[in-house]
Parts: sequence; C-alpha cells; structure tokens
Amino acid sequence: MLPDPFPLLSLVVWTPILGGLWVLLAAGEKNAPTARAIALAISVATFLLSIPLYTQFDLSTHEMQFVERFEWIQTFGIYYHLGVDGISMPLILLTTFITPLVVISAWQVIQYKTAQYLAAFLIMEGLMNGVFAALDAILFYVFWEAMLVPMFLIIGIWGGPQRIYATIKFFLYTFLGSVFMLVALIYLYAQADSFAILDLHTVKVGMTAQILIFIAFLLAFAVKVPMWPVHTWLPDAHVEAPTGGSVILAAIMLKMGGYGFVRFSLPITPDASRELDWLMIALSLIAVVYIGFVALVQTDLKKLIAYSSISHMGFVTLGFFVAFSILEGTGSLQGAAMGMEGGMMQMISHGFISGALFLCVGVLYDRMHTRQIADYGGVVNSMPIFAAFMMLFVMANSGLPGTSGFVGEFMVILSSFKANFWFAFLAASILLLGAGYNLWMYKRVIYGKVANEGVASLKDINARELLILGTLAAVVLLFGVWPAPILEVMHPSVENLLQHVVQSKL
Amino acid sequence: MYSVYLAIPLAPLLGALVAGLFGRAIGRAGAHWVTILGVGLSTLLSLVVFMHIVVDGAEPFNGTVYTWGISDGIQFQIGFLIDRLSATMMLVVTFVSLMVHIYTIGYMHEDPGYQRFFSYISLFTFSMLMLVMSNNFLQLFFGWEAVGLVSYLLIGFWYTRESAIYANLKAFIVNRVGDFGFLLGIAAVLMYFQSMDYATVFANAESMKDTTIQVFPDVDWSLMSVIGILLFVGAMGKSAQFPLHVWLPDSMEGPTPISALIHAATMVTAGIFMVARMSPIYELSETALSFVIVIGAITAFFMGLLGLVQTDIKRVVAYSTLSQLGYMTVALGASAYAAGMFHLVTHAFFKALLFLAAGSVIIAMHHEQDMRKMGGLRKYMPITYWTSLVGSLALIGFPGSAGFFSKDGIIEAVHHSHIPGAGLAYWAVLIGVFVTALYSFRMFFLVFHGKERMDDHTREHLHETPAVVTVPLVLLAIPSVIVGAFYIEPVLFGGYFGEAIYVAPEHDVLAEVGEGYTGVTGFMLHGLVTAPFWLAAAGVLTAWFLYMKRPDLPALIKERLHLLHKVLVHKYGFDDFNQFFFAGGARGLGSMLWRLGDIKLIDGLVVNGSARAVGWFSGVIRHMQSGYLYHYAFAMIIGLLVLLGWFVSRWFVGL
Repeated sequence: MLPDPFPLLSLVVWTPILGGLWVLLAAGEKNAPTARAIALAISVATFLLSIPLYTQFDLSTHEMQFVERFEWIQTFGIYYHLGVDGISMPLILLTTFITPLVVISAWQVIQYKTAQYLAAFLIMEGLMNGVFAALDAILFYVFWEAMLVPMFLIIGIWGGPQRIYATIKFFLYTFLGSVFMLVALIYLYAQADSFAILDLHTVKVGMTAQILIFIAFLLAFAVKVPMWPVHTWLPDAHVEAPTGGSVILAAIMLKMGGYGFVRFSLPITPDASRELDWLMIALSLIAVVYIGFVALVQTDLKKLIAYSSISHMGFVTLGFFVAFSILEGTGSLQGAAMGMEGGMMQMISHGFISGALFLCVGVLYDRMHTRQIADYGGVVNSMPIFAAFMMLFVMANSGLPGTSGFVGEFMVILSSFKANFWFAFLAASILLLGAGYNLWMYKRVIYGKVANEGVASLKDINARELLILGTLAAVVLLFGVWPAPILEVMHPSVENLLQHVVQSKL
Repeated sequence: MYSVYLAIPLAPLLGALVAGLFGRAIGRAGAHWVTILGVGLSTLLSLVVFMHIVVDGAEPFNGTVYTWGISDGIQFQIGFLIDRLSATMMLVVTFVSLMVHIYTIGYMHEDPGYQRFFSYISLFTFSMLMLVMSNNFLQLFFGWEAVGLVSYLLIGFWYTRESAIYANLKAFIVNRVGDFGFLLGIAAVLMYFQSMDYATVFANAESMKDTTIQVFPDVDWSLMSVIGILLFVGAMGKSAQFPLHVWLPDSMEGPTPISALIHAATMVTAGIFMVARMSPIYELSETALSFVIVIGAITAFFMGLLGLVQTDIKRVVAYSTLSQLGYMTVALGASAYAAGMFHLVTHAFFKALLFLAAGSVIIAMHHEQDMRKMGGLRKYMPITYWTSLVGSLALIGFPGSAGFFSKDGIIEAVHHSHIPGAGLAYWAVLIGVFVTALYSFRMFFLVFHGKERMDDHTREHLHETPAVVTVPLVLLAIPSVIVGAFYIEPVLFGGYFGEAIYVAPEHDVLAEVGEGYTGVTGFMLHGLVTAPFWLAAAGVLTAWFLYMKRPDLPALIKERLHLLHKVLVHKYGFDDFNQFFFAGGARGLGSMLWRLGDIKLIDGLVVNGSARAVGWFSGVIRHMQSGYLYHYAFAMIIGLLVLLGWFVSRWFVGL
C-alpha cells in the first residue's frame, strides 16, 4: 500500500542526498568504479522518479501539486512543506535531467577523490530540488544556503589554479545577498505569522516595507542570476570550476535567481515591483547589451560562455518584469504572460545549451588542457563529430530558430515590444551580438587549418561523450521545434501569478 | 493533397538526415542517390501541386500542420499556405535544386566532404521549402534563419580556407542585421494583429491603415510604414540589398553549385518573395514602397557597375545577381509584384545556368577562377559555351529570351509608377541595362573568345565537362529561353497570382502597362524600338569593341579613370568601413567595457577594493593584538592617562 499522498517530491529531494551519503560510505577513497556506478544509478533513479511530476501534472490548475506538509519547528510555525506548480516543476525536471549527464561526464575525467566529487553533485542535486520544491520560507532558505556548500567544495577542491579566489568570491557574493533575504523573510513572518510562502504572497505590506523587502530579495536573487553589476563572480567561478561544476552552475544554479523573482519578489512585493520595474528592465537590458559586447572580446572559452550566460539571463529578468510596462502602455495585460513564459522558457533552454557548451569546452579541455581560444584552431579537422555538435550548440546559443534557444528570446522580444519599442530593440541586439561572439569563437576554435601539433593529434569524441552531447542535442532540437509541452505546463501558474501581481497589496 | 504538401519538404529533409548522419555508411554514391531521390520526389510532387493549383486553378490550401506552442492566447503554428505564389516558388526551388544536386556529382567529384555537401544542400531545400510554404510569420522566420544557417555552413564548406570562414561569418552576421529588423517587424505585427497567421493579418490590414505607432515619444508614424520597412530590412539582408549587400560577393567562397542554388536562384530571392507575399501590407504604405524602390534602384545600378571591374568569374556573376535583385526590388516598390516575381523566376533559371556554366569552366580550368587566365574556351567546351551564351542573352534581356520579358516588364512598370523615387529608379534600371550587357559580355568574351591565356599544362587538359554537369546546363537553358514568352501574358497582365498578391487599384502599374499589350509578338516588336534594347545592344557592342577588337583599350581606360576604377575595385569602401567601424568598433567597445567596467571598476574598485578595505582594517586591528604584555600595559597606561586627562579637564571646566 502506497502512502497517500505519495511523497514524490520528498523522494526527488532525498534520494540524491541519501544516495550521495551512500556513495561516500560505500565507495570511499579507493573505490572509484563503485562510486561511479552508485552515483549513476542514483541520479538516473532520481530522474525517473521525477518524471511522474510531469506526466501526473494537472494542467488545469495553478494550485500547488504533489503537496507534502509536516510540522518541523513548532515554536516558529516552520513546516516541512513541499509542492510544485507550473513554474517550479520544469526546473526540477531540468535538475534531475542534467545531473546524470554531469555524473557521466565525470566518468574518466575525475580521478582525484572521485567518490567525494560525485557525492557532492548528488547532494547538491537534492538540495537544488529542495529549493524549487520548498513552500516554506525557512525550508527554502535552508536548502538555498546549504546548496552553496557542495558547490564551494567542488570549485575549491577540484577547481583550477585560482580556485581559492574564485570560491571565496562566489561564496561571499552569494552569501551576502542571502543574508538580506533572511532578514526580509523574518520581517514577513512577523507580519503574516507564517513562514508559508503562499501566505506571504497574500500578506499586506506597506509601500516602504515593500521597497525594502524588494531590495533585500533583489540582492539575493540578482547575485544568483547574475544581473549586472553583481555578475563578476560568475566568470571567475566558471573558469576555475571543473566541467561538472560549471554545468550545474550555469544550467541550474543561475535559475535559482530567476525562480526567486517569480516565487518571492513579484508576488510578495507587487507594488514595489511595479515601482521599481524600470530598474529591473534597465539592468536586464544592460546585461544583454553590455555583457554581449564583453563576451565578444573574451579570450578564454569558459569566460566567453559565462558572459554569454549573463547576457542570456537578461532575457529572463526582462521577461519577468516587463508586465507592468505593458499594462501601463497598452492598458491590458495581453502579452505580459508571453514575456513571463518566455523568461521561464529561456531558463530551461539555457540550462540545456549552456550545459552543453560547458561540456563541449570540457571535451576540449580534457584533451588539450587549455581553455584559451588562441591555443585552438582547425579542431574540425581532427574532431568532425564534435565540431558538428558544437555547431548545433553554438547556433542554439545564438538563438537560431528550431533550437530551444530561440523560443524564450523570441517570446520575450515579442512581449517587450508591447511595452516599448526600444526595449525590444535593445533586447533584439542579441541577434547580432550573440551571433558575433558565438560564431567568431567557433571560427577561431573549430574552423581553419590545424593550428598546432596538439590539435592535430586530437581524438574525436568517445561513446560516453557522444551519449551526453547527443542527449542534449536531442532536447535542444525537440523543444526548439515543439516547445508546447513546456509552455502548456507553465500557463496556468503564470496567468495566476500575473493576476496576483497586478493587484495592489497596499 | 495534404500528404503531398507534407511530403514535399520532408523528402529532402529525410535525404539530408540520411546523408548527414549515415554518410560514411552509405558511401558517396549512396549519399547522392538518397538526396537526389528526395529532391526528385519533391520536384515531382511540386509539379503535381503546380498543375493542381496553378493550371487547374484549384482553391488555395491554408492549413495547420501542428501547433508549435500557445502563449498568451496566441497560437504559434506550423502550417502551409499553398496558393499560386507558393506553388510557383516550390516548383522553381525544387527544380533548380534538383539540377544542382545532379551537377554536384560532377563538381564535387573529388571532394572529401562529398556526403556532407549533399546533406547540406538537401537541408537547404527543406528550409527553403518551409519558408515559401509557410502560412504564418513564425514559420517564415524559421525558414528565413534556417536558410541563413545552411548558407553559412556552405559558404564555409571549405573550412580550412581563411577567406571562406571569414566570408561565412560575415554573411551570417550581416544577415542577422537584417533579421534584427525583420524580427522587430514581426513583433509589431503580433502586437497589433494578435496573430501570426498571414490570413488573419492580411484580412485586418486594411482596418489598420490609419493606425499610428510612436517609436519616438510624441512622433506618430504610420504603423504600416513601420512594419513594412522593418520587414524589408530583413529582405535587405537576405536579398543583399544596399547597404547590406556586402556579404553576397564574399559568399562566392562557397562551392559553385551552392552559389547557383543559394546565392543566385533561391535563398537570395527570399526577400523578394517575402515582400510579394506581404503585398497587402505594403500596399497600405507609400512610404514603405518608396523606401523599397529607392533601395532597389541603388542596388540595381551601383552593384552592376562593380561587375565591370571584377576579374574573378564568379564575382562577376555575383555582382550581376546583386544588380538583378535590385531590379526585382524596384519592381516591388513600384507595386509590380508580379513583375518582380516573374523576374525572380526567369532569373532563377538563367542565373543558376550562368553560375553552373561558370562552374563548368572552373572545373575545366582546374579550379582557376581568374578570367585573365582564361580565353578562347569556346572550342574546348561547346556545350558550356552555347548554354553560357543563352544565359548571358537572357540576362541582358535579348528579345525573345526569358529575361527580356521579365526585365522589360519591370522597366515598363517603373516607368508608369508614381511612387516617390520611381523617377530615379526608372533611370537606374534603364542605364543598368547597358551596364548589365557590358559586364556580361565582357565576361563572355574574356572567357570564351580571344587569346588563350592559360598555361600550357591547363590547356592540354582542357575538355568539355562530363554529362552530369552539362545536362543540368541544357535543362536550365530551356526555361531560360521559353519561360518568358509562355508566361508573360498570364503573369504580368492575366492575374496569374490571383488572390495571392494584392495590388491597390491606384498602384496598379501593370494594368496600365497591360493596356498597350497586344500579345507576345507585339511585345517583342515593341521591345525592338524601345531604349532598353538599344542600350543592351550598345553594351554588347562596347564589350566586343573593348575586349575583342581593341583589347589594349581597357588598360588605357583604367589608367585614365584611375580614381573611378579605384572606387569600384574597393567596392565603394563598404567593406573597409564595416571592418573598421562595426567590427573594430564592437571589439573596441567590448574591450573597453570589459577592462574598464568589469575588471577595473566593478572587480577592482568595488569587489576587491572592499575586500582590501576589510583586509587593511583588520590588519590595523591585528597589530594591536600582538600578544606582548608590555604592549597591553602600554595601552592601558595610555588609556588611563587619556581618561585621567579627560576627568581633569572636566574638573577644570567645571570649576
């Protein structure tokens, strides 16, 4: 007899965490093959467990689904409270989908403390799922902060030469932001007498308080996204992180910030959001344009993709906050949902594409031990299959229609056009800048004559790498030609959120 | 018919996938067979559709294939609109593509990337078909960028050549400039029409005639003008109109078959097709039409001039293509969409023919493209010679050839147009006829007549190319001759395109031209007494005089007109300017933002600066905790003294 309700979300959260501990205990220092086998089994099992979240998902409601709620700390009314809606569920699936690929990517590459490495990823997977599934603010905060620890270790132990600088920067940046969020949450608890996130959505808050709370949230989430000008930790973290770390960082961790905006900032402080939407739009557009130019001149492959990530995340925040301008400009909310769904689509798609690109850089780095663009040239001559995959992902990163990279950008541009011609104009500059930095990089790395001995002796991708890149290529194409399955999941929740956000809380 | 419509794009896609993914397994012959079968099937079915829609006059088909996504109540769909316009385009695209597929067997014979090439050109055929068959803006944009992608891949096909991978990057980015405008145009359409479907948008266009949009605060612009111009910016990229023309000549770095297919016959005409498709929108804005006609006129004339100084055989044809695209654009601007489309079709045949003939010459010359090293090829390559002659005559509009009818149609139509800019355009296309004839026959004489300037080794091996090359030439030469005479009447004056193209009565220049039309023979006879014919004849004569009779003269002229020659050789300086200003500027700006903004300001001053400040502060504090007893004792004494002093001073003050 299955317990009712079946604790699906708990399983998705705790299976990888406990699995990670199991890897540590069972495999230990010496037994890397066991560690790999267990880690792969656990991550695949978690993915399979998460599939019913999609297949059993009720498309007709914006209410939280798969809800679990138990008392945790009675004195403060803190609950172990999980649930998902159309906004969080796709992000959980993204997490459970990416993690097995990361485990496979570490197969031969990580020889030093393999078990610990894999355990860190599994534990992090569980914690990230927890962030997306938590419906209690304190539970959310616990997952949110706990998640930093494995990532800190991954960069600090398996990272590059400058890893200490990068980890400290990463940790301080994100931690500093989060502290303000905690203060805001405690203030809100005092108002609502509850830590339930949905209760915080409805609690009345005055304007000054809303502004302060909004800024506190902004500090926490903007660092994670990251938004300009608090983005400089990301290129450093990426450059120093091992491939798997970069993949998780870009594919999932950045999405925490975007998720925070839709789960906390917009619904809890709608009036402040409306008041400060110009700031959000300005920062988003700066991210798209300024960072697009910066990406153009990068000489390090990972830095280039890191900057490209920041630029692409500008579309997420733009899509989320453009609703108020649309309402103001056209007098109706028509088009606002498209921006929001576009922003969320961009998060999912960027998860696939940036993950794939970092894996591609990993493939090259494993062979050549350099990330400098100048050290490459003519890779296609020795690695034609790899070059084909890289072409696809680079094009997807340039927002080519038919790949998932197009969907979100397209929707956000359409939506922001309704708010203001110039928003769309600046956002659409990514068509040019994106093509510029992506294809110029591709030209210098992949095309051309064989640049040196190292490139000449490169071996094309093996079966394991083919499996990873092939899987990502499949989803990038699938959701490019048919994004409907993701869009329809989001729709009720987004509609509800918009209705909620336009109602004043004052 | 639905399954037929579906099979037409899917057959080449399947061929592309098989040849691309399993190229090694199926081998070279396997790759060309599977793709040729796919495109062949597609051609056959397109013919069936053409018979059904155009010849039998069946009702247009407008239907959805599947729903791409729904957001905000907007249905984004993939679907087909098969009417007289798309049915014509489908036949042209598949037919030229089939010819190019067959030709490729000969041209790429020894290339190691044989399977890859076939995969790409089939993928291109799929993309182009999706573009022309679309019934909505979303899919149009899909096809639009997809053909751009394949063009990028094919220009850079020989990826070890630095010039090729420079050209393909340039092509993609310049096209993206166009797509930038195109996308904003689509966004405007969606905002005001709440739909991506052509049918819905066109049906409501009339009611939006007076709607205005404020791009700049308090400045009202006509919505239709803004949409029309934004969409046309996309066409300027794809159809290489001034000033976005810069990528097309460089695209000649790609193998010749794709220069014929993509950069002459089909993809570059997508912009022309798109504007014709959007005629219900353009008809509502004279501003947009005016913009179109001026851009077209500039392209038609000035790009033709550049053809005069080229020495690379393919580049001559490329500049000719630019100029001819300008002609089509001029026709669109004059509201003579049918004439523009007519020229598109005839041009597709004769320009593909000219490119493939140039390719045939290049094969025979062992991949030498410099015309100064050719000459006298007539006797070695009779089929190439005669088909080239047919192509060249069609290009210059020799009476009776396909190009004659379509080009004269355009010139006549522009003559009757009252759109602002039409006067300028008329002179541009008229003098353009002379220029066209001059550069065409300059090339013709340099390649096929006169002294044999190649080295002995090449001369010994000169011979006609194999049948896979010459048969497509012949098959393309046939429509280059006959299509014009057959179709001029229905296309220009008989409402061939039916409902697919809308022309407002006050813009209907073709109707005015048609009033004087008395049949094909009459049109031809009339053509003999009008200016274009004599200008073309003068062009051919001049070419003959300069390159056959007095081959010493061109060098003399070059010296005399030194400055003009320099301007033309430098292509009016566009490439240098773009390279310096846009490419260099973007890199410079990026560098500045990165080094100044990110490294110095944010990281240097704020992040590391605050870290340093904290470090400095704690460093100061740390010095106070030295652990030496006498330090602490000293501090205590100082403290005691300070306290004491304070008390004492208080005491004094209190006194």
